Amino acid sequence: MKPPAKMSKPTSLFVIFFSLFVMSEAVFEDQVGKFDWRQQYVGKTLFAHFDSHSQSSKKLFLATDKNIFASFNSRTGELFWRHVDKAGPEGTIDILLLHGQDALMVVGGGRLLRSWDTNMGGLNWEAVLDTGSFQAACFVAMQDTVKHVAVLKKAAISLHYLTNGHQKWVENLPDSDTVQYQAVYSGGEEEVYVLGVVPNSHLTIIAYSLEDGEIIKQRSVEAPWLSSVESSCVVVGHGVLMCVDTATLALYALPIQAEEAPQFNQILLQSLDLEVSPGFQPVLVSSQPHPARSPISEFFLQLGPDHHVLLQLNADGYTIAPLRDFQPAFLVSFSTTGEKTVAAVMTPKNETACAINLFSADSGRRLLDTTVIFPLDLNGGKPFKLYVHAFLKKDDSVGYRVLVQTQDHALTFIQQPGRVVWTREEALADVVTMEMVDLPLTGTQAELEGEFGKKADGLFPMVLKRLSSQVILLQAWLAHLWKLFYEARKPHGQVKNEVTIETLSRDEFNLQKMMVMVTASGKLFGIDSKSGSILWKHYLENVQPNAVFKLIVQRTTAHFPHPPQCTLLIKDKDTGLASLHVFNPIFGRKSHIAPPALPRPILQSLLLPVIDQDYAKVLLLVDDQYKVTAFPSTKNVLQQLQEMASSIFFYLIRSDQGNLSGFRLRKDLSTERIWEVVLPTEVQKIVAVNGKRPNEHVHSQGRVMGDRSVLYKYLNPNLLAVVTESTDAHPERAFVGVFLVDGVTGRIIHEAVQRKARGPVHFVHSENWVVYEYWNTKSRRNEFSVLELFEGTELYNSTVFSSLDRPHLPQVLQQTYIFPSPITTMEATLTEKGITSRHLLVGLPSGAILSLPKMFLDPRRPEVVTEHSREENLIPYAPEMPIRTEWFINYNQTVARVKGIYTAPSGLESTCLVVAYGLDIYQTRVYPSKQFDVLKDDYDYVLISSVLFALFFATMISKRLAQVKLLNRAWR
Amino acid sequence: MASVPRSFLLLSIIPTILILCADFACCNTGRKTGDGLDTDFSGFSVPLEHSFEVDDVSRFRMRGALQLRGGRETSVSLSQSQLSEEDRNTLKEVAAVDGLYKIRVPRVSLTDRQTERQMDGYLTAFVRACSLVESHLSDVITLHTDVSGYLIGVSIVTIPGACRGTEVEDEVDLEAFNTTLTIIVPTNAPQPETALFIERMDIEHEKRGKPQEQKSFFAKYWMYIVPLVLFLMMSGAQDQSGGGAANGGGR
Repeated sequence: MKPPAKMSKPTSLFVIFFSLFVMSEAVFEDQVGKFDWRQQYVGKTLFAHFDSHSQSSKKLFLATDKNIFASFNSRTGELFWRHVDKAGPEGTIDILLLHGQDALMVVGGGRLLRSWDTNMGGLNWEAVLDTGSFQAACFVAMQDTVKHVAVLKKAAISLHYLTNGHQKWVENLPDSDTVQYQAVYSGGEEEVYVLGVVPNSHLTIIAYSLEDGEIIKQRSVEAPWLSSVESSCVVVGHGVLMCVDTATLALYALPIQAEEAPQFNQILLQSLDLEVSPGFQPVLVSSQPHPARSPISEFFLQLGPDHHVLLQLNADGYTIAPLRDFQPAFLVSFSTTGEKTVAAVMTPKNETACAINLFSADSGRRLLDTTVIFPLDLNGGKPFKLYVHAFLKKDDSVGYRVLVQTQDHALTFIQQPGRVVWTREEALADVVTMEMVDLPLTGTQAELEGEFGKKADGLFPMVLKRLSSQVILLQAWLAHLWKLFYEARKPHGQVKNEVTIETLSRDEFNLQKMMVMVTASGKLFGIDSKSGSILWKHYLENVQPNAVFKLIVQRTTAHFPHPPQCTLLIKDKDTGLASLHVFNPIFGRKSHIAPPALPRPILQSLLLPVIDQDYAKVLLLVDDQYKVTAFPSTKNVLQQLQEMASSIFFYLIRSDQGNLSGFRLRKDLSTERIWEVVLPTEVQKIVAVNGKRPNEHVHSQGRVMGDRSVLYKYLNPNLLAVVTESTDAHPERAFVGVFLVDGVTGRIIHEAVQRKARGPVHFVHSENWVVYEYWNTKSRRNEFSVLELFEGTELYNSTVFSSLDRPHLPQVLQQTYIFPSPITTMEATLTEKGITSRHLLVGLPSGAILSLPKMFLDPRRPEVVTEHSREENLIPYAPEMPIRTEWFINYNQTVARVKGIYTAPSGLESTCLVVAYGLDIYQTRVYPSKQFDVLKDDYDYVLISSVLFALFFATMISKRLAQVKLLNRAWR
Repeated sequence: MASVPRSFLLLSIIPTILILCADFACCNTGRKTGDGLDTDFSGFSVPLEHSFEVDDVSRFRMRGALQLRGGRETSVSLSQSQLSEEDRNTLKEVAAVDGLYKIRVPRVSLTDRQTERQMDGYLTAFVRACSLVESHLSDVITLHTDVSGYLIGVSIVTIPGACRGTEVEDEVDLEAFNTTLTIIVPTNAPQPETALFIERMDIEHEKRGKPQEQKSFFAKYWMYIVPLVLFLMMSGAQDQSGGGAANGGGR
C-alpha cells in the first residue's frame, strides 16, 4: 500500500488523490466498439409509411407503441434517426400522416400536433391543440394542393395550416354529447365532412366550409344497424360511404355529398355470392392515394381470417361488382404509384413460406413476375400487417417492395425477386428479464471432460482413452498455432470470423457468453454477447400481454454431457396461473422434459441448491394452498427433499396485505407457517423486496481497520431488504421505510425510516450492504443512502452461518449523500471470486450508465480525517456524490429508457460483463479495479525478454569470469 | 499500531453507529408475579402465547401477559408463569425431534387511544426447541413497532443459540423462563450532513488563512510586460524607419 505522504491539507487534496489513484477508467478512442456494442430498437410498429416523395428514396417512416417516430434506411434496416418521446400516454402517437416532405403526427391523445421534416428528421412546428380526446385526422386539399390538416376531436374540429401549424378555424360539433363523431373526410372539394353516429339509430353527416368553418349542410340518415363508423365503414369512389353489417350480412352504400335526403342503399352479400365465415366480423379496406382526389372505387372486403374479396363500386355509386376472390389470403394492401393502383395479396404457399402477389386494382388481374416469397419462421410469429411500396420501373411495369410485420413485432423487408433484405427484431425493445449462460466447451475439451463422466471400463482402456484424447488435444493446439501464424500475416481487421451457432465455444477467459433475453411479447432470444448477433429466437404463442416472466437457469453448461437447461416461468398477473417453458439456452430448442402441470395459481418459485442425478437444480413452486410442486420431480429428488425438508425454509410476501410470512417444508411436501410479520397497510405499503444474488461471492470476511483490527461483515445469505413507502403522500409526513428481515426466522434485523422521502426507490442489496435511492420531499432532490451491517470485531461463529443460531443483532452503519441526478435503475458489479472492488452501475434518465465506486458509498467515511481513516483509505465525507463523465461506461452510446442492468462474472476476476437494456441494448465489460490480472495491449514482450536474456548471459559470463579470477588467485 | 487502545476504535465508530433506540424494560421471571405492576397507568396487556408440539401442528397456549405502555416512553414488561411438569416433558420431547417452539402475540397498536387497538391476526416467531432447552429457557424476545406504533413483528432468540445436544439434567432449569424483553422502534435514517460539512470547510478555510487574492495576469507581471512592450515599440519604430530606408535603397 502506498502510504499517503504528509497530508496536512486534508480533504480536498485527499479526494483528488483518490480520484487519481482509483479511477481513471474511461475508454480510449481506439477501444470504442472493441468490447462493447449497442443495438437500437423502436418497438411495435403502429404506423409505417414509405417515402414516396422521390423514386430513389431509401427512407421508411415508423411510429411505434413506444412513442417513437423513426426513419429507417430501407436498404439496410439501419436507423437514420429516431425521436424518443415521453413514455406513457403523454407521448402516445395517435396518428401519423405523410405528405411530401412533411410528416404530421398527433401526440398524446390529441394534445399536440407536430410536423416533422422527413428529410432530416427535424421538427418543423408544433401546435398545442384544444383539449378533448382525439378521434381522427386527415389532410385537406384545395385545388389539387394539400394546404391544411383537419383534426377531429370528441367535441370539436379544427383546421391547421400545413406550413406553420397555425389554426385556421375551430368549430364545436353540434350535439357532441349524443353523437359520437368518428371520422373526417375530404375528397379535394371545398368541404370537409365529419361523420358521427348515434349507435343503432342514425348517422350524422356535417359538411364544413373550408374557408371559414361554417356548417354548409347537416344531414341525418337512418341507420339502425350501425354502431361504429370507425370499425365498419370506409369511403370509396367519389365520396361514397361503404359500410358492412354482420347482422344483416349486407353492404350499405351512401353518397356523402348528396344534396337531397340521402338513403343507405342495401346490397346483400348473398346477391354477390359472398359468405362470411361464422363468428367473423367483416372488415373493409380502401385506399385514398392522394388527399386531393377521391379514393379509388375498388376496395377489399375481408370475410374470414384467410378470405378476402376485391370489389368495385360501379360508376352509378349504388351497385357493386366483385372483381376477384382471394382464398386463402392472409393479408391485403393497396399501393399506388403514379396513376396505377395495385393490390398486394399474401397467400400461404407451404409450411415455411408465404407468397405475395400483385394484382391490378381496377381489373383484378394478376401482374406477371411479381411473386415474392416471404419465408415463415417456425420460431416466429404469423404475418400481421403488410406495407407495400409500389414504384414504376423503367419499362413502365410496376415493381414493389414489401415490409411485413409479424405478430412477434419483427419487421421483414422484402424486395423483388423474393429476397429478404433485412429483418429487425423489434420485440427486443421491451426486454423483461435476461440471464447469461456460459457457452459450451469445444469438441476437444468436451472429449476430455467426457472421460470423467463415464464409468470406468478397466485400467487399460482408460489409459488408451486418455492418450487418444490428449493426442486430439495436441492436434487441436497445433492447428490453433498454425491458424495464429497464418492469420498473423493478414491485416487485423479481416480476421474476424462470423459467429454461428455451430462454432460457439467458450473462450479462454469465458468472456463470451450467451445472453438469453425474454421480451414482453413472449419472444425469447439467444444473443452472442461478443458480437450482439442473434443466434436463436423462439416465439411463445398464447402469452398474455400482462404476463410476468421469471427466468431460471436450472443446469449450467458445466455438466457435460448433460445439456444446459433454462426454465421460464410464465405467470398470468391476474389469475396467477402459470406455465413452464423448458429449453436449452444455447440452441433455444424446447426441451423434451415435460414440465409439471400447474392447475393452481403459483405464489412463489424458488430454486434449491439440491440437484437431481442429472445435475439439474430443483425448482420448487408454491401454489395458493401452500402445496409444493417440485420440478424435476424424480424419485431421487423427492427423496432428497424429504431428507432435507426440515431445513428448507421459504417466505411469501403479500404486498397488498403488508404480510410477510415464513414457511417450512414438511416431509410430505406440505408446508407449515412458522413466522409472520405484518406491516399495516394503513401506514405503509411494501414496494419492493430483494434478497441477495445466489451466485455472489464475498472474498473477504471483514475489513481491516486503521488499528489493524478487523471489523467483520454480517454476511447473512438469507437476508431480505424490504422497502416500503408511506401511504401518506404529504411531503412533511411521507417516508420511506427500509426493513432488513431474515428470510428464515422472520427476525427484523434492522428497521429504519427515511423521513420526508418518497419513491420511486431503487435499491441494491449485496454482501453486507444495501444502497437505496429516494426523493427527498423537503429538499427536493435525489439522495443515496447506504446501510452496512457488521458483526463487530469478533465473529459469533466463523465456520458457518446459520440464521437459527445468530442471537446478536449486527451493528448497522448508515450514511446519506445527495445525488445530483434522478436514476432509473441500479445494479452492482459482480465478479468471479469477489476480490475486485465493487462498483454500482446506475442507469440515468439521460441514457448514460454511471459506474459509481462503492467506495464513495461507505458509511464509514469519516467526517473528520484521522490517522486511522487515512490508513484505511477512507474518503472523507462529502455530502454530495460526484458524477464524473469519465465514469460513464457507455461514453456516447446512450441507452434510451434504460430499464434494467444485468451483470455477470467472467472468467477473469477483474472483468464483469454488463448488459443494459431498455429501448436499446448495450453490452460492455467493466473493470472496477482495472485490469490487474491482464497484461496491457501494448505490453513490451521484446524488451522484457531481451532484458531477461541479457541478464541471463551476463550472469553466465560474469560467473565464468569470476571462476577464472578465482583460479588465477589460487595459482598466485 | 496494535497498541492503540480499543476505546479509540470504538470512538471512531460511535458517531456513525446508529444507536438502536431500544427501550429496555424489565425482565420478569415467573416467580415475581405481575400483581406488583402499575395497572392504573395507561398500559394494557396482551397475551403472549406459545406452542410446542411433537407433531408440529400449532396449538397455542398462554405463556404470559405482556404489559404494554404506549405514549412517549414506550415500555413493556412480561409476567409469566412457570412451565408445568407436563409442558416440560413435552418441550424436551419436541427438542429431541428437532421441533420448533413458536410464540405469538396479537397485532396491537401501542399509541392508538381508541378502542380499536387490536387488529385481527397475530405476529408469530419461532426458535428451535432444542436451543431453548439447552439455554435453560433463557430467551430474548423483541417486539418491533413501526413509525405509528403498530406492532409489526416479534422475534425470539435464545442465548446461547446453538443446539449442541447436551442433556439438560436438572428439571429446575426448565421451570421458569429467564426472559429479556425489548421493544425496538424504527431508527431515523440520517440525512446528508450538509451543515457540518460546510462548517468544517469554513474552519479549514480559516485555518489556511485568507487565500491570496487572485491578481489578474497584467497586475502580476506588469514589470515584465511594460518594458517588453516599450522595447517592442522602440524596435518597431526603428524597424519601420530602417525598412523604409532599405526600400529606398533597393530602388
